Amino acid sequence: MTSLDPLRLTARVAKRLLVDGEISAAELAKVYLDQIAAVEPRVRAYIRVTYDNAAKYSTKVDREMQALRGPLAGLPIAIKDNMVTEGVITTCASRILRDYMPVYTATAVRQVWDDHVVMLGKTNLDEFAMGSSTENSAFQTTRNPWDLATVPGGSSGGSAAAVAAGEALWALGSDTGGSIRQPAALCGIVGMKPTYGAVSRYGLIAFASSLDQIGPLTRSVYDCALLLQHIVGHDHNDATSVALPEPVALPDAERLDGLRVGIPAEYLAAGIEPGVRARFDETLARVEELGGRCVEIGLPHTEYALPAYYIIAPAEASANLARFDGVRYGYRCADPVDLLDMYERTRGEGFGPEVKRRIMIGTYALSAGYYDAYYGRAQKVRTLVRRDFSRAFADVDLIASPTTPSVAFKAGSRTADPLSMYMCDICTIPVNLAGLPAISIPCGLSDGLPVGFQLIGPAFSENRILQAAHALEGAIGFAPAPTFRDSGAEADVAGAAAGVPLEVHE
Amino acid sequence: MTAWEPVIGLEMHVELDTRTKMFCACEVTKGDAPNTHTCPRCLAHPGALPVVNQRAVEYAARIALALNCSVRPRNIFHRKNYFYPDLPKAYQISQYDEPLAVEGWFEYWVGDEKLRCRINRVHMEEDAAKLIHAGGDAGRIAGSDYSMVDFNRGGTPLIEIVSEPDIPSPEAARELLQQLRNLVIELGVSECNMEEGQIRWDANVSVRPKGSTELGTRTELKNMNSFRYLQQALDAEIPRQVEVLEAGGTIDLETLHFDPDTGTTTPLRSKEEAHDYRYFPEPDLVPLVIDPAWVEELRRAQPELPAARVERFTAQYGLSRADALVLGSAHALAAFYEEVVALGAGAKPAANWTMGEYLAHLNAAGLEAGHGHVTAERLAKLVKLVEDGTVSTSSGKDVFAKMIAERAEPEDIVDKYGLGQISDTSELAAIVAAIVAANPAQVEQYRGGKQQVIGFFVGQVMKASGGRANPQLVNELLRKALGT
Ligand SMILES: [Zn+2]
Repeated sequence: MTSLDPLRLTARVAKRLLVDGEISAAELAKVYLDQIAAVEPRVRAYIRVTYDNAAKYSTKVDREMQALRGPLAGLPIAIKDNMVTEGVITTCASRILRDYMPVYTATAVRQVWDDHVVMLGKTNLDEFAMGSSTENSAFQTTRNPWDLATVPGGSSGGSAAAVAAGEALWALGSDTGGSIRQPAALCGIVGMKPTYGAVSRYGLIAFASSLDQIGPLTRSVYDCALLLQHIVGHDHNDATSVALPEPVALPDAERLDGLRVGIPAEYLAAGIEPGVRARFDETLARVEELGGRCVEIGLPHTEYALPAYYIIAPAEASANLARFDGVRYGYRCADPVDLLDMYERTRGEGFGPEVKRRIMIGTYALSAGYYDAYYGRAQKVRTLVRRDFSRAFADVDLIASPTTPSVAFKAGSRTADPLSMYMCDICTIPVNLAGLPAISIPCGLSDGLPVGFQLIGPAFSENRILQAAHALEGAIGFAPAPTFRDSGAEADVAGAAAGVPLEVHE
Repeated sequence: MTAWEPVIGLEMHVELDTRTKMFCACEVTKGDAPNTHTCPRCLAHPGALPVVNQRAVEYAARIALALNCSVRPRNIFHRKNYFYPDLPKAYQISQYDEPLAVEGWFEYWVGDEKLRCRINRVHMEEDAAKLIHAGGDAGRIAGSDYSMVDFNRGGTPLIEIVSEPDIPSPEAARELLQQLRNLVIELGVSECNMEEGQIRWDANVSVRPKGSTELGTRTELKNMNSFRYLQQALDAEIPRQVEVLEAGGTIDLETLHFDPDTGTTTPLRSKEEAHDYRYFPEPDLVPLVIDPAWVEELRRAQPELPAARVERFTAQYGLSRADALVLGSAHALAAFYEEVVALGAGAKPAANWTMGEYLAHLNAAGLEAGHGHVTAERLAKLVKLVEDGTVSTSSGKDVFAKMIAERAEPEDIVDKYGLGQISDTSELAAIVAAIVAANPAQVEQYRGGKQQVIGFFVGQVMKASGGRANPQLVNELLRKALGT
């Protein structure tokens, strides 16, 4: 067996090794299970590692390799724990679903299972995907493998950290306001939110139905396209799903000749950290070097996107999460005295504070007398945001921005201030409101932490985005791997070194 | 002293007889073991999404067309939010401000008077599951020991028909409902079984000074499924409102419960009714775009509707409006009647027999028209036997009764019991002679000029012949025997 570095191995290479017989699927799975054993106690990316499943299916792939010569056969994957998996407990990182055993499997997961990928486990997230740091999980806080004192982003923080830490070859996440792209950016990997409807939402535990979209988190743009190929498609189980007008192509572009890239001034006004801005500007220079042309554009309604999102998403969530009532499945409070008591205590004890906050905001926004002022206006803003983009795309092919205003921040540093947490998604949220596809690729480090570069395209322009991202990825040549350092611990050590006397008792 | 008039509006719910549920592929069934027709969708498991049943849209559109509504080319489903154990998602997918169809009307008959009620809207939604409360009193969730939910019914396609407040009396409300139910059955989209609650309705009612065009404050009578109770409830509620208003009081907008035992209406606890449903567009479904050409296709394929059939019965069979209404309103009875006529029975005698003996039999036996041992063939044969004089009308009724009891053909019954009309002159002449001989006093009266005594003789002869004597022949023979 070739010695493989899980921090660098891509699906493209792993697939070739499998097909050439240089490695077995069981050996490949073991590479990741070993890495999980080594770093998971510090990263805590998984809510549940499915050891038996990984062993069983990788062995099956090896045994039936000839028959199962599927394009993804044997490639290990991590799945965000908000996609239901029959036979594997799915929690949504919530106490209310702590022991929930699904009776069916999400379409996107079913598709990769049918292609014989090997599921390694279910990854951590902010409870019900509500958050930008994965600190809202009811079970554990995932840490960023680039610096264990920082968050991996969220809500797909578990999936992003697992891929970055070499605990998975690639992963599926979901993106409602940036939940794939933002953690991908903070963890130094590739993450893509496809066009709304491109990937079936059937079996994705709904946060905000009109915004949620499943997508890949991978170590390369090529891998991103490869995984995307296998999860897109019309699904009769999801009325909002649509077939892409053309199949997803595996990208091979090295140049950006003639590509017009719009730079929205509004996104750069939004308190971007200098380090992030520097990496972004360098990447724009690469765009030009590759033959592309950067032009400033305006997306004038950007400042209203965040408030509109924080009306629409909670409104939909307030209804989507109403089904968790203790009647049919999931957590039920002990000894309810009557129906109302059961509802109140089940939900009061089952949901965490951020989920409750959004249910209350959403319920309020939909209430009689407030609907027009909140939900109605938010929908109007949404239309304006959408129009901003379609006007912009009359002049440019793609739009570029930093994925997030800052690099990974210290765990606990924003939990007390929801608004500062919400600001993480300022550059990603408008994309969800407009239902557009967008990718985040790593474009360098700032203070030793990864910076993400976002490319946004018109609806169904996945191939254009992937080609451009592929060319840029090659030009950027992002090479570093996470070090699993812990700046929190270093700070302690530094404190000690600075002369705090150590008393030694004997 | 003010004269008052009631103003009544109805909201009707009809479960559609589609094969599968509104938003999932579970079968719509009746009477199966609880929770045997469920899936992640109709149990609202996490991640499950609704998919619209196209057949349900078709059925709903056909009802809308029959109610002369315009079917809107684009309509939207909304979420209606409230918590209850029979509603697994804690919202009902329904329609709100962009429903399937709007602005129609329905014509119905009250006695000889044709009335028109405007239809505000027809919209689609899903039914709730069935709750069964154990212990406690009166089958309510509060106070019960425990409650069980049967999700088989949950998600059944349901349509709501909302009328304008155009209905002038409790009787008219009852007639409208009955005739509208017949219409839905005619369309073949629901059996409208009353016991199973396949059709149920809310009524709202207010009163106003006669001649006024303003509407008074209304009260609502919820979830009724008996025509009789509806009329009784309205008959109780209208005078109550009049009494309150005449005493200088005001009517509260509230929901009332009708107790058939006491015949009175009482307010439901208002807390239960303090709902804010927080409607918003269902993001899991795209707007339903309805092709006008498809609607036209549906319109062309509509069967003959009861109102048109009643008109046709008066023209084609020469029936009175009242008879045509009885025979033409409901699909099964109309089909039965037309079959009897098609088999050769005269239209009018067939109408009399169908409305008379046959309907009485259906009611007594609790049968639907077309079911039971009295087939259209048998009734047609019987009507023809009466028409051609083989049996008398009174014997015919006897034959009818025996047809049911013995499940036999009418001609066999006539033979078996000798119920054929006696038209044999010599046989009847003998009876006539005997009767004349036995009643000399009456003979004297008759011959003395009291012509009406002939009736007495006819009666005696009929009695002696077991009702089988041909009345015309008896008359002739009597006049001959009595010497006139
Ligand atoms: Zn179902």
